[in-house]
Amino acid sequence: MKITIVDYGTGNLFSVRRAFETAGAEVKVVTHPGEIKGSDRLVVPGVGAFGNCITELNRLNFSEAVHEFIATERPFLGICVGMQMLMEQSLEFGEHAGLKIIPGTVEEIPNRTTEGKIRKRPHIGWAPLTAPNGWNDSILKSTDPATRFYFVHSFSVVPTNPAHILAECDYDGYPIVAAVRKNNVTGTQFHPEKSGPAGLEVIKTFLSM
Amino acid sequence: MRDVRVIARLDIKSPNLIKGIRLEGLRKLGDPQTFVEDYYAQGIDEICYMDIVASLYNRNSLEDLLRKTAENIFVPLTVGGGIRTVENAALLLHSGADKVAINTAATSNPELIREISERFGSQCMVLSIEAKSTGPGKWTAFTDNGREHTHRDVIEWVQEAVELGVGEILLTSVDNEGTQKGFDIELCKAVTSVIEVPVILSGGMGTLEHAKLAVSEGRADAIAVAHNLHYKNFTVAEIQAAVREAQAGAAA
Repeated sequence: MKITIVDYGTGNLFSVRRAFETAGAEVKVVTHPGEIKGSDRLVVPGVGAFGNCITELNRLNFSEAVHEFIATERPFLGICVGMQMLMEQSLEFGEHAGLKIIPGTVEEIPNRTTEGKIRKRPHIGWAPLTAPNGWNDSILKSTDPATRFYFVHSFSVVPTNPAHILAECDYDGYPIVAAVRKNNVTGTQFHPEKSGPAGLEVIKTFLSM
Repeated sequence: MRDVRVIARLDIKSPNLIKGIRLEGLRKLGDPQTFVEDYYAQGIDEICYMDIVASLYNRNSLEDLLRKTAENIFVPLTVGGGIRTVENAALLLHSGADKVAINTAATSNPELIREISERFGSQCMVLSIEAKSTGPGKWTAFTDNGREHTHRDVIEWVQEAVELGVGEILLTSVDNEGTQKGFDIELCKAVTSVIEVPVILSGGMGTLEHAKLAVSEGRADAIAVAHNLHYKNFTVAEIQAAVREAQAGAAA
């Protein structure tokens, strides 16, 4: 199983690479879009600000390569900002166009609850997932619903079509979209590479799809 | 519901894990990797390495340890001690750290906070504070394991730092650290009531009741545990169960 991880220069890929290797993949980290062709799976990680990430992804001409890969119907995984970039637009520090693969936006987590209490940002911590549409045939199919995953973010995705929501988690009463899916494209807001054995299990399932 | 994290804090005097009282009087405990592998197997939420002599030598020497840990430990890793520049932070982040904790350099050059959070995101930028009580309801920030006075009031300093882009606070009570008499709950409450970023409370846990109070009274978002894990007084699961019980009580 050959996995390609896109390195567009904005973050530490050490853990992502190690997690996929530990899950049994043969990993190639690429810095040029031409190197994507021929891989069985494509992974786009991402940390930090959306604007920086999408700017670098575009500057290095990865956007078109990502679209082309997805059109081949092979499994694609976006992690954190790598998931957020699948959307049409982000409102983080101005407006930024995304890859427009999944309809919807990236919006700031509201910093007040409906009772007016503080909801802290960034959201840092572990949370269990719920599945509004079921997740039997997804990367979460071997995940027990009580299993917790690690999140670290201040913005989250708001898909236009609820059918694209694969999983949610509750954060002080706000339903955070924890994973999205559209055909062969999956995105996780949580970090499978930082979620212990449960995260590795999700990666293994992605490799088996 | 909020999910309060239990973080294993490992103070390192390279190459050893050490433990002291009030950040001094150090005792060698052994190879840190052996300890974190045990904590990971037990289901720890996060690991924090602090190079406790780094400031003295103006360098952090934990890159090798981080690389070794990140090879097979898949939980968030925070590293602190001796980080003075964006380049220092970059090296540690590229060695497997997810977050950097900065104390001394942030107090002498607060702009460093802005530079690091703009470059890597505020979620990477943890402000480490060594707080000493200097009067009723008053704490002062210290550096160098509680030895150097910064003349900064902790409550004012956290607010200034959050404005500059800090994403999280590692709040260590120098007075309580290593004493096992309990966390400084008043300090934690004072900090959590003025800022809206997560606070990790560190220093002084002796019982599971102390862990619960950190959550129910201090409103901590995470607790850092050293002594009680290193000496196996409690398992990770016992501490996690205690904080969850307190969370459930606070939410009810």
